Amino acid sequence: MENNTVISLKDIVVGFDGEPVLRHINLDIHNHEFVTLLGPSGCGKTTTLRIIGGFVTPESGDVFFDGKKINNVPPYKREVNTVFQKYALFPNLNVFENIAFGLRLKKVPEKEIKERVFEMLDLVSMRGYERRDVNLLSGGQQQRVAIARALVNKPKVLLLDEPLGALDLKLRKEMQIELKKIQRETKITFVYVTHDQEEALTMSDTVVVMRAGEIQQIGTPIDIYNEPVNAFVADFIGESNIIDGVMKKDYLVNFAGRDFDCVDFGFEENESVDVVIRPEDIKISEPEKGQLTGVVESVIFKGVHYEIVVDGRDGFAWKIHSTLYEEPGREVGLSVIPDDIHIMHKMTGDDEK
Amino acid sequence: MIKSRYPAFPYIFFMAIFIVVPLLMVAYFAFTTGNGEFTLNNITKVGGYIPVIIKSLFLALVATVICLVLGYPFAFIMARKTNNIRRTMLMLIMLPMWMNFLLRTYSWMTILENNGLINRFLGLFGIGPFEMINTQGAVVLGMVYDYLPFMIVPLYTVLMKIDNSLIQAAQDLGGTPVQVFTHVVLPLSIPGITTGITMVFIPAVSTFIISRMLGGGSELMIGDLIEMQFTGAAYNPNLGAAISFVLMIIILICMGMMNQFDSDEDKKEENVAI
Repeated sequence: MENNTVISLKDIVVGFDGEPVLRHINLDIHNHEFVTLLGPSGCGKTTTLRIIGGFVTPESGDVFFDGKKINNVPPYKREVNTVFQKYALFPNLNVFENIAFGLRLKKVPEKEIKERVFEMLDLVSMRGYERRDVNLLSGGQQQRVAIARALVNKPKVLLLDEPLGALDLKLRKEMQIELKKIQRETKITFVYVTHDQEEALTMSDTVVVMRAGEIQQIGTPIDIYNEPVNAFVADFIGESNIIDGVMKKDYLVNFAGRDFDCVDFGFEENESVDVVIRPEDIKISEPEKGQLTGVVESVIFKGVHYEIVVDGRDGFAWKIHSTLYEEPGREVGLSVIPDDIHIMHKMTGDDEK
Repeated sequence: MIKSRYPAFPYIFFMAIFIVVPLLMVAYFAFTTGNGEFTLNNITKVGGYIPVIIKSLFLALVATVICLVLGYPFAFIMARKTNNIRRTMLMLIMLPMWMNFLLRTYSWMTILENNGLINRFLGLFGIGPFEMINTQGAVVLGMVYDYLPFMIVPLYTVLMKIDNSLIQAAQDLGGTPVQVFTHVVLPLSIPGITTGITMVFIPAVSTFIISRMLGGGSELMIGDLIEMQFTGAAYNPNLGAAISFVLMIIILICMGMMNQFDSDEDKKEENVAI
């Protein structure tokens, strides 16, 4: 990633009615980057977005835009535009006038307005809809208009607040690809808020995982998925088996009643740890060939794979994704290779809040 | 659309008895003599009262404009407050309306009179007395005082419905506070403005209590004129009906003009309903 930071949040603290919403957020967003703020509802991701947009003022900490402090700059003077969660299209204006809104406020010449609006209509594949009443458009079409309305102002940064939340699955997938395409074509920095981990992994250059007002991890989708820093991230990004373990020494961990070789090191001897294993990384075999044994409790067909729950000997229910069907009640063996055993420090008490 | 028309029958019956029939009776009286013969005399006589009609329309218009100017900012502020503050503000607006209309108007008399509260207070400093009661200003004041809630409530209802995200979107797109108001809030509140104007203008133009009490005998309004034809010494119900009839036509024309502003909005709402 180029080292040209466009937005920089320094030690941001925000609280509503005494409840902390953001605690000491530090985040750099680079030019041309597609950044996703990901987390469960109430984690502060939308508040972070609104701080960049200028709709929330931090209690302490600074917001920098192109190196300039913009803490007290009102939204209308910021070079960012927002695509709102509920689109917020102006119901009294048609599609063309909605998109032209920002340009009209800036007194852009009529001819240029027309050119730029039509350029946007092409970009979001809405050419021919310019005279339509926005109230009569479908959700997906309204979404496109909202994106065009924001992009027509050529912002340095586009903020998107769960823009696909209200669309059905198929349309979401289409729009995800389209948004990514628009971002690549326009080279505008996108800051995208979502609670959908799949959406985050599909579209982003950088994913910022948040929880309870704190950033848990910043990284590429591959980093975040393969090397989650703690059990929360592991659990939130895809499904996981999280089991208590003890680090015997470097490269050796004990959990589920036996020792396993692993690739992690640098833990204290006999440190309690979280062991995270992805459901797709556990292989089912004959009982005698497995490292662990258990009884198949349930099998659910999920389309691409079966979700199989196996009751381990020590009472832990293993979640396993497999393309092969297993008969419930059957005794099976489970095994996992050292590379797929992820060891994490236990989350500190403060994180549990 | 409601498929069955039966539930509407009681209302249709009610409206026929209490609205359509009286209106027809007004028209009948307006175009007949005391003996029930057809005549246009009553209508032509109304021509003699044109100055009174114009004055009534003018005073009602002034009062309506003042209500709008006072009421809009109030409604706007109220709509942007939290629920508790809204309730309190709405309560304060409605509170005077719990008191009898006559009583409220009487109290203005004691305030404005030549030896009323204001003049006695000013007298302490050797100023005045000012002639305040029995002026057009006093009549307009009474109208504004009595009808302001009817302006605020519809404005408030419309302004409250404007989604905050629309205002934020306008700011986000570069709208200064003034531009946000002129480009988003004002256009979206037009239905409330037209309703408010209607609800203040119509009662104001035909009032007779306010003009009688605060305007004295000198500031006759069209409402007083109509009332006199039915209760006064100049008893002439046919002429009274004729004046009412003409007033009704004038108001209908005014409302028709108002709805021109509103029609675009209505069309939108109908479209949404489909």
